[in-house]
Amino acid sequence: MITAGVDVGSISAKAAIVQDGELLTTCVILTGYNSRDAGRQVYDQALAQLTMQAGRIDKIVATGYGRNSIDFADKAVTEITCHAAGAHYLDPQIRSIIDIGGQDSKAIVLDDTGRVKDFTMNDKCAAGTGRFLEVMARALQVDLDAFGTLSLAADKAAPISSLCTVFAESEVISLIAKGASRVNIIAGIHASIGARVVSMAKRIGVRPPVMMTGGVAKNIGVVRALEAKLATTLRVSEYAQLTGAIGAALLAAR
Amino acid sequence: MASVEKIVDPDKARRKIKADRRMREIMANYYMEAKTPKAQRGKKIAWITSGGPVEPLHAMDVIPIYPENYGAMIGASKMGVPLCEKSEEMGYARDLCSYARADIACATVAGGPIGGLPEPDMLVCCNNICGTVLKWYEVQARYYNVPLFILDTPITHTTFNDDMRRYVTRQSEEYIAFLEMACGRRFDYDRMKTVGDLSIRGQQLWQEILDTTMHKPAPMTCFDAFFHLAMIVTLRGTQTAVDYYEMLLAEMKERVAQGIGMLPVEKYRLVWDNLPIWYRLRWLSEKFMERSACLVADTYTSGWTSWMPYVDQTDFLGFMGESYARIFLNSGTDLMAENIVRMVKKYDAHGVVFHSNRSCKPYSFGQYDIQRIVQKKLGIPTLMIEADMVDERSFSESQVETRIDAFIEMLG
Ligand code: SF4
Repeated sequence: MITAGVDVGSISAKAAIVQDGELLTTCVILTGYNSRDAGRQVYDQALAQLTMQAGRIDKIVATGYGRNSIDFADKAVTEITCHAAGAHYLDPQIRSIIDIGGQDSKAIVLDDTGRVKDFTMNDKCAAGTGRFLEVMARALQVDLDAFGTLSLAADKAAPISSLCTVFAESEVISLIAKGASRVNIIAGIHASIGARVVSMAKRIGVRPPVMMTGGVAKNIGVVRALEAKLATTLRVSEYAQLTGAIGAALLAAR
Repeated sequence: MASVEKIVDPDKARRKIKADRRMREIMANYYMEAKTPKAQRGKKIAWITSGGPVEPLHAMDVIPIYPENYGAMIGASKMGVPLCEKSEEMGYARDLCSYARADIACATVAGGPIGGLPEPDMLVCCNNICGTVLKWYEVQARYYNVPLFILDTPITHTTFNDDMRRYVTRQSEEYIAFLEMACGRRFDYDRMKTVGDLSIRGQQLWQEILDTTMHKPAPMTCFDAFFHLAMIVTLRGTQTAVDYYEMLLAEMKERVAQGIGMLPVEKYRLVWDNLPIWYRLRWLSEKFMERSACLVADTYTSGWTSWMPYVDQTDFLGFMGESYARIFLNSGTDLMAENIVRMVKKYDAHGVVFHSNRSCKPYSFGQYDIQRIVQKKLGIPTLMIEADMVDERSFSESQVETRIDAFIEMLG
């Protein structure tokens, strides 16, 4: 059985195609303005990579914030359930997930079959999300992709106490004025995300092994900050950003 | 795409609660009488908080008006945002309860549902529901320049002692004296006895109605209870409420006998905590219905019977202070959690939906702890929805929908 998962998030759209539990291909594009078109496009691209006709796909599950706009899907499933299924597939030992995406962050606790036991989300506020990092990168005039590696050179993370993105930004600006080093400020930003996300995750009883998913998993500084707060190492798969799409493809086969 | 299969319901008409019409009539008459010009109406009007002892008002033929019930009307008719904004322009903080904001703003404009509330002759405020009402009623007492009576009920974290008892009993006496003064005549103790009996009867009936949902399928949901609640709030202590609830109970029993459920398919049974999200009642009820999830009970509508164990039929006035001090909302986190655990068992529910209500601090403050306690004691899934009962600016449809969907998938 060949199935597909399409995950349309606020920033990127992802697709995965799976055949009998084996991952055949994945694809990522920017969502842009129209989430419906993005879903279609990323799916078509994934098919093209396999030189496969759409007719070969038995079932499609859509997920992510744009899930209900994907009219060619057979079913829509939330990203929470899909992330759990995807993480379980990538590493069956995983019992918790921390997912930080462009506009939200979430923590999921799962059982040994990959089913969700509990979850919590922050989607009301930019703090603790990818958007927070973007704002800070702008304030510091640093390329966001360099954030992770730069922060590893810090000798002492600068303290950033505000939970609000706007306040934190002005804290960063005053730190710059005070002459704090850029790398220390970046480390401080990561620590503040770490503290915020971990306190949310602890509320639902996060327990190891923990996997980190979502686009922000590519930022090694955030990963380290989360690890420090959680006092455990995080497992980051090379498919971190694609976990939801893979999960959706797997759930489509059920 | 078919994330949620549309359920075709051939029995839709049969599922409609017939008493609804009568309820609307009664509520219309109630507000019509209150809005009749004073000279024709004769009766005085008291504005009173939702948890305030209304019975002495009925005994004195004073019409009780509930700004909170009105707040619900404002919310349900989606007039909350402009009124909240207006109050913010007046200088009130956005963190203030949206009932208070909407009511304070509404008093200054000629508008709102039913063209605004009739002006009060007096105000009765009981802080057994929250501290917000104290300042809110003080503001309105100044605005309308009318006397205000405050009944101060100590918080009943777990127990109630003799000092507390004396304190509230003394105030009940002061309340009667206040009414005698405001009405210019002696208190009618005989009438009070009848009103007390009717109040207790009304509450018993209301609880019996709520309990019909123990049956599977449930003949009604909490969304229906949110509607039919208005009567126990506003007309508690009257024959009208008793008659109406007898009629509604008979209908519910009939539905149970015939196996008519409110949902075409009842797969999951859930308990709701906190106030309704008034401007999204229909949306929410449809969301849950499409997912075959029936909200069989809630902590809010049963709050009006939560003090029943402390009422004494033979001496209503004597126990009034204590019973009003011991309502659900005036208790501590432990008791609130215990109440939810009890409800889950009683109604055989699969999960709990918490509305973290930005407006209502006493209701929402301990919810994360309560959620933890419930999960620990029962091991069932729970859901936290962040919103506000009247102020739509605190509601995000796609975020709430994702949470509901994920929760249902978890129940799966
Ligand atoms: S704060 Fe809560 S209890 Fe108090 S008036 Fe507002 S909604 Fe009612």
